Amino acid sequence: MMKRLLAIILLLIVGYWLAQGLAGVPFGQDKMLVGQYYLDNVKQQTGAVNAVTAVVVNYRGFDTLGEVTVLFIASTGVGALLWKRKKKRSAKTEGSIVLTTGTRLLVPFVMLFGTYIFIHGHLTPGGGFPGGATIATAFLLLYLAFITYEIPHRGFEKTEGLAGMGYVLVGLIGLAIGGYFLFDWIWQTWNFGTENVGRLLSGGFIPIIYTIIGIKVGTELSGIIDGMIKEEVSE
Amino acid sequence: MISVYYFGAIALVLIGLYAILVKKNLLKILIGLSIMETGVNLLLISIGYVSGRSAPILSEGIGPSQAVDPIPQALVLTAIVIGVATTAMALSVAMLIYEKYGTLNIEEIRRLRG
Repeated sequence: MMKRLLAIILLLIVGYWLAQGLAGVPFGQDKMLVGQYYLDNVKQQTGAVNAVTAVVVNYRGFDTLGEVTVLFIASTGVGALLWKRKKKRSAKTEGSIVLTTGTRLLVPFVMLFGTYIFIHGHLTPGGGFPGGATIATAFLLLYLAFITYEIPHRGFEKTEGLAGMGYVLVGLIGLAIGGYFLFDWIWQTWNFGTENVGRLLSGGFIPIIYTIIGIKVGTELSGIIDGMIKEEVSE
Repeated sequence: MISVYYFGAIALVLIGLYAILVKKNLLKILIGLSIMETGVNLLLISIGYVSGRSAPILSEGIGPSQAVDPIPQALVLTAIVIGVATTAMALSVAMLIYEKYGTLNIEEIRRLRG
């Protein structure tokens, strides 16, 4: 009881301090400095309609490479923490009929929707990270519904590594052609898709990079699910 | 003009902080941490919002002068991904703790055992 009271007093102090600090910040007003430059030039410089994806992939592509690395390290860390000599799924109960039938029906469409999200990243809200997460939910559904299901490990690990190398490779091709890492050579040098901005075949290398990121995030999150769901079996 | 997002973000941060301070179950503490993170993300997004403008996707009728700031949204996208990564790490540590001690109550696992 005493602890709860102390916690509430602390919360009041922190809340007052936050409210006081944020009262000076104007909400809902135009205070863009760099953002307006990005919005003005995004179509000419990157060919993307969605300014957020252009910022993530083109203007801050190196940052996104670091982000993918953080996700990879987290996936490796989960694998290292939960490493067991003999691992197996220990689920006792089969999924109910609703779950199994629903999974059989929905898995292809969930995967299709994830693919749609990351291929259309330069046109609609979304991109590689949400698309990959959506694909991982399809594997989670399979794990929940079928007690004997397992992802194909070898293929998944190789795909993950290849996707990571593909991102660096796209950046290095840009370095060779345009002179700096992650140079958008498809848009800047080839002028590919200049006349149909706002359609699928435009946006420079954003669809390529987001496809790579989508595959990588999907396989990594599926690997995390796999690592968490298995338990050690004693022989 | 103080918007509703301002109160929403502060409320979420405080709810998460309360869970971290008071709750004894490790999973509930992690849930509190996630709620706090959501509050911070909401705050960043709402600072970038410009009233009366639409999402920064330039289509018909939405020019560069009718869109909100794209940079906070891009940064929050990064923050969400990092949040997922740290949550996954924390959950796997919690799983190891449960395997070793058989409980998730932090009062019972306070002392490290060899």
